[in-house]
Formats: sequence, C-alpha cells, structure tokens
Amino acid sequence: MINKVVASAEEACRGIQSGMTIMLGGFGLCGIPENCISELVKLKINNLTCISNNAGVDDFGLGFLLQQRQIKKMVSSYVGENDEFERQMLSGELEVDLIPQGSLAERCRAAGAGIPAFYTPAGYGTEVGEGKEVRIFNGKPHILEEALTADYAIVKAWKGDKTGNLIFKGTARNFNPAMAMAGKITIAEVEELVEPGELDPNQIHVPGIFIQKIFEGDSYEKRIEQRTTRKKD
Amino acid sequence: MALDKNGIAKRIAQELQDRWYVNLGIGIPTLVANHIPEEISVDFQSENGILGMGPFPFEGEEDADLINAGKQTITALPGAVYFDSATSFAMIRGQHVQLTVLGAMEVSENGDIANWKIPGKMVKGMGGAMDLVASADNIIVAMMHTNKKGESKLLKQCSLPLTGVGCVKKVVTNLAVLDVTKEGFKLIERAPGVSVEEIKKATEGN
Repeated sequence: MINKVVASAEEACRGIQSGMTIMLGGFGLCGIPENCISELVKLKINNLTCISNNAGVDDFGLGFLLQQRQIKKMVSSYVGENDEFERQMLSGELEVDLIPQGSLAERCRAAGAGIPAFYTPAGYGTEVGEGKEVRIFNGKPHILEEALTADYAIVKAWKGDKTGNLIFKGTARNFNPAMAMAGKITIAEVEELVEPGELDPNQIHVPGIFIQKIFEGDSYEKRIEQRTTRKKD
Repeated sequence: MALDKNGIAKRIAQELQDRWYVNLGIGIPTLVANHIPEEISVDFQSENGILGMGPFPFEGEEDADLINAGKQTITALPGAVYFDSATSFAMIRGQHVQLTVLGAMEVSENGDIANWKIPGKMVKGMGGAMDLVASADNIIVAMMHTNKKGESKLLKQCSLPLTGVGCVKKVVTNLAVLDVTKEGFKLIERAPGVSVEEIKKATEGN
C-alpha cells in the first residue's frame, strides 16, 4: 500500500502558496477541514481563490481567512448568515462567483472524472446562465457548465487509513468526495487515522487514489451553526 | 383571518401524496414536516446529503455531523441514508424527488421565481434553489402574500434577479392558494375569512 501519511497540518499544507486556488469541503460548518484552515491562517498567505459551498461564519471556518483578508475570490453557492462575507462582497473588496449548489458539486466531480463540461438546466434564464452556451435537450433549455479544478483540495473525513481511503459520518460527507477527486493535490484530514486493512473495503466512501496526503487532526471543535432541539414530552 | 406561517405549512402538507420524496427549503417550508397527514408516508430529502430526515434532536443529543440544508441540527429516521452533494443533486436534477417546497421574495404570473438576491442590498446566494426549481416537476412556493412594506409579492413580472423561469406551479400564502396557469394566477382557495377582494388587492399579477 502506498503510504500517504504526513505528520501534521503544517506538513500537509506545505506547498500551498499565495494566489493559489483551493477547494475546501464542508457544508456550513459541517465537515470542514478545521485543522488545515487554522494552518492557512497561520501561513498568512493571501490572494487565495477558495472554492467552498459556504464561507464559514464570521469567527469560524473560512470566516477566519475572510477576516484576515487572505481571500481574493470566493466560489460558493450560499453566503447566508455570514455578515463579513456579505459585507466584503457588497463593498467589492471580495470577488464572488455564486454558483448553484448542484452545479458546484457536479463541476468538482466532473473535473475529477475527466469530464471538461456538462449541460444542466440549473440557472437557465438567470444571471448564472448569462454568456453561457445554451442547448435544448428533450425540449428543455440547458446551459454549459465547465469543470472546476484546484491546485489543492482539502477535505475532512471521519476515518481514514494510511493509504488515503476515507469514510465520512452523517451529513459531514457533503462536498468532500467530489472535491477530493478534483484537486491536483488533495489533502485529507481525519478524526481517526488507522492502518490499511482496518476499514472494511465495502464501506469506504472515497478510494485513496484521490488522496495525496493524509493526517489525523489535532483537535476538532465541530461547532454547531444552528442548534435546534425539541423538548422531551 | 389570514393564516400564520404554521397555517401555510399545514395547508401545503395537504398537497403531499403517499410515497413521495420531498425537499423542503429553509423557513416556512421546514414547518411542513410537522403537519404530515398520518395516513401517508413521505421521506424528506435535504440537499446537503440525507434522505429520511427526522425531527430536531432532544436537548443534549445534537450531533454536529448531522444537519439539514438550513444548518439546523436534525435526526435521522430508521431507513435514512447519507450521501455526497453530487449524488444529492443527481436525485434532484434526475427528478427522483417528487416535490420541492421553497420560499420566495417574488413570484410572477408566468411562474418565474426570485429568492436569492436584492442587488446592492442583500445577497444570500442561491444555494440549491436554482437546481431544485430547474428540475422539479412539482414546485410549491410558501410565502407571505405581501412584503414588509405591504407590497405584493405576486407580480406581473419579477423585479429581482431570477432563480428560475416558468417553474412555479402553486403558491400558498397567508391569504390564498393560487395555481400558476397559462392565464396567470388562478385562485384555488381563500384563507378562512379572507375575501376575494382582499386577495385581488394584494396581488399585482393576473
């Protein structure tokens, strides 16, 4: 088995430089690579293009990088309740490319699967479709969307083995598998790193071939964005 | 009397049919799950990667790795399944989900919907809404009939950037249930005690 293990987030992120394009897995704060994000803040690199469904919240996740003005451009589907993201976007300090969520996921998956572009109905007749090639299939207009690649993709999994096979937990899977496929170099940080053979090959979500570096994160805060509960009767 | 948000959700729940997979958007649509008639079984899909979404967890049982598309903590019902975002939107674009319920800022009489951006003022992003409205066969919009200024949200033409064109089939508001037809909005049902005149006054579109 090919050993992909690196010692730390520091070693994993070595090679990431200012001006690069980075994909980061996660949906909201769920399944984000916390340890690598902290490392990117420490590295003080800037002019980054970040491809990620969201940009964290003001003081967690990618919100840290936004606060430090390390991001030049965000490629996302949802700004939502991130005030700093919205402020920087409206003031023009931050370039933002908003993409329908399904197109974002498929553009990552396509890149990793060697498909340069595909047609989708999402966004036809809206700002998203402006300037894009339109073709009618089965009587319905579709727009051409191109694959998205990145210098680095950084994903977070629940368990991983030393050769990069990954298993996710709950809805923390989200964009991680598609982005893992799309990165020229993909870093996986995991909560639990195990020996090859310890994961059941039937249960693996992402085959290790898509991963170049893997490490066990020091700690995970796993902050909850919207804590909603019900009372016991 | 006009319906409140729960009333709108309860009315939409009556549109659900047995064995449907349903995607609920953020806001009023989320409340629909609380009003499912007992005699039917439906499964809820949340586009961040779960089918078989259950109610909110009990206090102390929240799991950071288990949320819905509104980033709220949820539970998974027996038979639930998790998947990645690309698979999730394959379900949506591939029309395996029978009904989408979502909120809107504006709906036009030809079924256009706007719900992601107010130029210069507010940008929420489209999230999964553009994929959902472009693909779903059956789209119900849940919203208040007028905005905070009292202006109609059911228009001849949307003024805000569109999320999708000609896709909305039905609108359920605090005042009425309306179908979107080739001839424009068609009043199907009034909220209890709301007159046709009141509805007409609050509706700009035809």
